[in-house]
Amino acid sequence: MADGPMPLLRARGVTRRFGGLTAVSDVSLDLVEGEIHAVIGTNGAGKSTFINVLAGEIPITSGAVELLGDDVTTWSQPRRARRGLGRSYQRTTVFPRFTVFENCRLAAQAARQLAWNWWAPAAACPVSGAAANDALEKAGLAAIAQRVAGLLSHGQKRQLEIAMCLATRPRVLLLDEPLAGMGPEETDRMLELLSGLKAGHAILLVEHDMDAVFRVSDRITVMVNGSVIASNLPAAVRADPEVQLAYLGEGDAH
Amino acid sequence: MIERARPLAASLAVVAVLVAFPLVASGFYLEFTTKVMILAIFALSLELLVGATGLVSLGHAAFYGIAAYAAVLLSPKYGAANFFWLLPAAVACSALYALVIGALSLRTRGVYFIMVTLAFAQMAYYVFHDTKLGGGTDGIYLNVKPAVALFGVKLVDVGKPLVLYYVVLAFLVLVFAFLATLLASRFGRALAGIRSNEQRMRAAGFPTFFYKLAAFTLAGALAGLAGFLVAVKDGFVNPEMLSWHESGAVLLMLILGGMGRLSGAVLGAFVFALLQLFFQWDAVFGSAAQHWQLLLGGTIIACVAFMPDGLIGLPTQWRAWRARERPGAANG
Repeated sequence: MADGPMPLLRARGVTRRFGGLTAVSDVSLDLVEGEIHAVIGTNGAGKSTFINVLAGEIPITSGAVELLGDDVTTWSQPRRARRGLGRSYQRTTVFPRFTVFENCRLAAQAARQLAWNWWAPAAACPVSGAAANDALEKAGLAAIAQRVAGLLSHGQKRQLEIAMCLATRPRVLLLDEPLAGMGPEETDRMLELLSGLKAGHAILLVEHDMDAVFRVSDRITVMVNGSVIASNLPAAVRADPEVQLAYLGEGDAH
Repeated sequence: MIERARPLAASLAVVAVLVAFPLVASGFYLEFTTKVMILAIFALSLELLVGATGLVSLGHAAFYGIAAYAAVLLSPKYGAANFFWLLPAAVACSALYALVIGALSLRTRGVYFIMVTLAFAQMAYYVFHDTKLGGGTDGIYLNVKPAVALFGVKLVDVGKPLVLYYVVLAFLVLVFAFLATLLASRFGRALAGIRSNEQRMRAAGFPTFFYKLAAFTLAGALAGLAGFLVAVKDGFVNPEMLSWHESGAVLLMLILGGMGRLSGAVLGAFVFALLQLFFQWDAVFGSAAQHWQLLLGGTIIACVAFMPDGLIGLPTQWRAWRARERPGAANG
């Protein structure tokens, strides 16, 4: 790791407490361009909270977050997003009444907002239109760009969610369970998409589907009760007795 | 293209009817229509918040009333103020109050936002109601109507009902065109995104608070324009302009007309005012006309129950109903 490329995102001792509960405890990790770094763990392990803290959606209690060399610990979410941090949500958050294209175009508009230009129609914006088409192409949605987002299948909505992320031209992607609720075929397509995104992006993937995680990840971090118990290459994590205990222990309780 | 051309043609037809209306009407009808067009501007200003941005405010009358009071209080007691400075000054007062109230109330959401905007509007109401500033409960008179003059040359006399009618119509057309342009701009699309999913907009990189504050201030300013026109038209302002009844009435206009479309706000203002007039007609309703609020309220409840998208959504609702009845006609 020491001679690897410079990480695009660095988390150092990230901690988040809700009252007496420590949801995320002293988590450190690096996201490197060209890698999918998966964060796995049982329900309530603090994975989503961790993503929310990294994205700036909820404030950090202690620790630091560095994005593309900037210390962004105190930055607001929109500011981090404009610096190059994209995220997707566990629940689909597309704009259901807009077309697929307009969903992406609007997300892309964030890069060059021109909020005080009240006269020029947004539809004529060349910057956001090009970025949207580019993102749709990458996400494999170009053929259905003019469909209304709310009428898409679940799998397509999840793809659109990723496309909206890409439209903002991020360097770092935080993906919160992109495979949730997907069938096997849709899962395959999404994994292919994620593998293709490695080039040019550093990706943090939170996912429950273990098969999928081991198929695409370059590195895996395991969280239990807010703390990291293992962080290594997939084969090493699979063989780690502590990880096995954590997962099997959870199984025994039922 | 057809989809875009049709609303434009409909809008032009409505404007043509309104331009021609004084040829066949005068007196009460002219004054009534002037008042309704002012209400339509007021409703359009709230539509920017409720329909376009998804912010339901129950205190919008404050901005309507403040500009009206400002118009009276900033006019010299025994002379005419210049229309071209009085209008911006009055609108600026409303915009400033909206900026302050927005900065505070936009930290809340949903029903809390409704209550906080209501509270700030009531605050403004009681300032005019309980202090001598604007004549207390009696209200205050605008003794001399503002002069529409440039470089000492008097252009038109807004004291004449016909002139005022056309001035108000011009403002209505301007406000409508302005909002239509605004909503299609990057700013307007961002508001639509905030209405649909604010969380996603923040994740994409939009500082949504400032967008909402800009929309709130602009809506306050446009409500102020409507209030200013009321002061010029009636030459009299009282605290009831700021009361929550007015805030509620303008919200009902939007609900009745249909939210999410500018034409819905205009249609809602006209239908609301006509219904109000209709139910007060004692030749039809006899003694029940004294309880017109009851009849109006019942009608609005029925409208909301049967037309969830408002009057402007009726054609769409009808087509959807037809498609359900004849499944072959459209793909289901």
